[in-house]
Amino acid sequence: MIEIDIEKKLNIYGGGQMLKFSGQMPMHSVTKIAGPSGAGKSTLLKIIAGLATPEKGRVVVDDKVWLDAESGINLSPQKRLTGFVFQDYALFPNMTVLQHLQYATHDSAWIDRLLTIAEMQAFSSQKPQHLSGGQQQRLAVIRALAIKPQLMLMDEPFSALDAKTKARFTAALSSLFDELKMTALIVSHNPQELDAFTGDEITIGE
Amino acid sequence: MDLSPVWLSLKLATVTTILLLMMGLPLAWWLSKKRTVLRMLAEVLLTMPLVLPPSVLGFYLLLAFSPQQGLGKWLHNVFDVQLVFSFPGLVLASVIYSLPFMAGPVRSALQQLPPSLAQASYTLGKSEWQTLRHVLLPNIKPALLTATVLTFAHTLGEFGVVLMIGGNIPGVTRVASVAVYDAVEQMDYSLAANYSLTLFAITFALLMGVFIYNKNQVKTPLE
Repeated sequence: MIEIDIEKKLNIYGGGQMLKFSGQMPMHSVTKIAGPSGAGKSTLLKIIAGLATPEKGRVVVDDKVWLDAESGINLSPQKRLTGFVFQDYALFPNMTVLQHLQYATHDSAWIDRLLTIAEMQAFSSQKPQHLSGGQQQRLAVIRALAIKPQLMLMDEPFSALDAKTKARFTAALSSLFDELKMTALIVSHNPQELDAFTGDEITIGE
Repeated sequence: MDLSPVWLSLKLATVTTILLLMMGLPLAWWLSKKRTVLRMLAEVLLTMPLVLPPSVLGFYLLLAFSPQQGLGKWLHNVFDVQLVFSFPGLVLASVIYSLPFMAGPVRSALQQLPPSLAQASYTLGKSEWQTLRHVLLPNIKPALLTATVLTFAHTLGEFGVVLMIGGNIPGVTRVASVAVYDAVEQMDYSLAANYSLTLFAITFALLMGVFIYNKNQVKTPLE
């Protein structure tokens, strides 16, 4: 179980808004996160990953305390090892597709499988600036998967994919999540694109 | 024309640039992080050599490393090291004087990278050092080259601070810029012109090289 109870001041719209979230999400399943723009969905994912720190609250994952603002516990992102898919992809311009994956893992069989899932074998020697938006987004997803994380945190991970590619890619990911018993929290503005995943849906900021 | 001042200038610029690559990059990386009072203070100190008259910096270094008193006396007594009027003294002064030329462009370039690049690396389990080495520095290559060349060229052109702490000892501290001054003082304009033209040509070639290398990446190498 992922237990979250946090409060954080948001640095948007003049900084007056607060993100308050309290909830539980089951492990080994997908939880879809919806909510209006500026509600703090991305910030929530970053807090879980250890990339942002709330003023108050706790984050407990599978009975391990990742964050407890009161007692000063705050595990680093390196110790939390979440698979994070950034909304802006955060690809490394100096690395090819293959180098992105090799930076994350030395398991070449796993790398081959990820390239197959993302249909990117033919582009493995390309750098991000030579990839289409959809290819960049798929690379961001498989790079996060490369470390075989316990928890995937995905911020608008399918927004740049065309309908057919999205259907194939989400179906392949859904099978992979089931196979590896992964937990995933997926933020999306378009709930329909997550139809391939079964799981709970939560809304924040309303 | 005695070429030893030119060689000495090139040697000083090379040693200074190598030392600043080792010290300036970690400093620039530290400065590029979230601003704190300590970082702000460090930035002010780092910027001082840009605006302070070189003779003032040289004067303070001369006082600090004089073998007659304080730190200089201690270094002389304990390690038998004399920094004033010596090549190591020139290197020390040059490192301090040229530090903003190395750290400044690198810090700015690091700050302009999207924060998510480093964050993505951290979530893959990589340390800050691995992230700097494999992700951040490779993505600011134009700025690194600019900083390296500016540091080298700036050290070549130093005058006030090297004259103050190094004096004008042939073969030891008489660098090319001091040799120009020395030649003019002796009314030997032909020699001064030769040294000046040599410095001009080296600096022009260096900057031209940076402009050509960076032409597709930034508008000018100074950005």
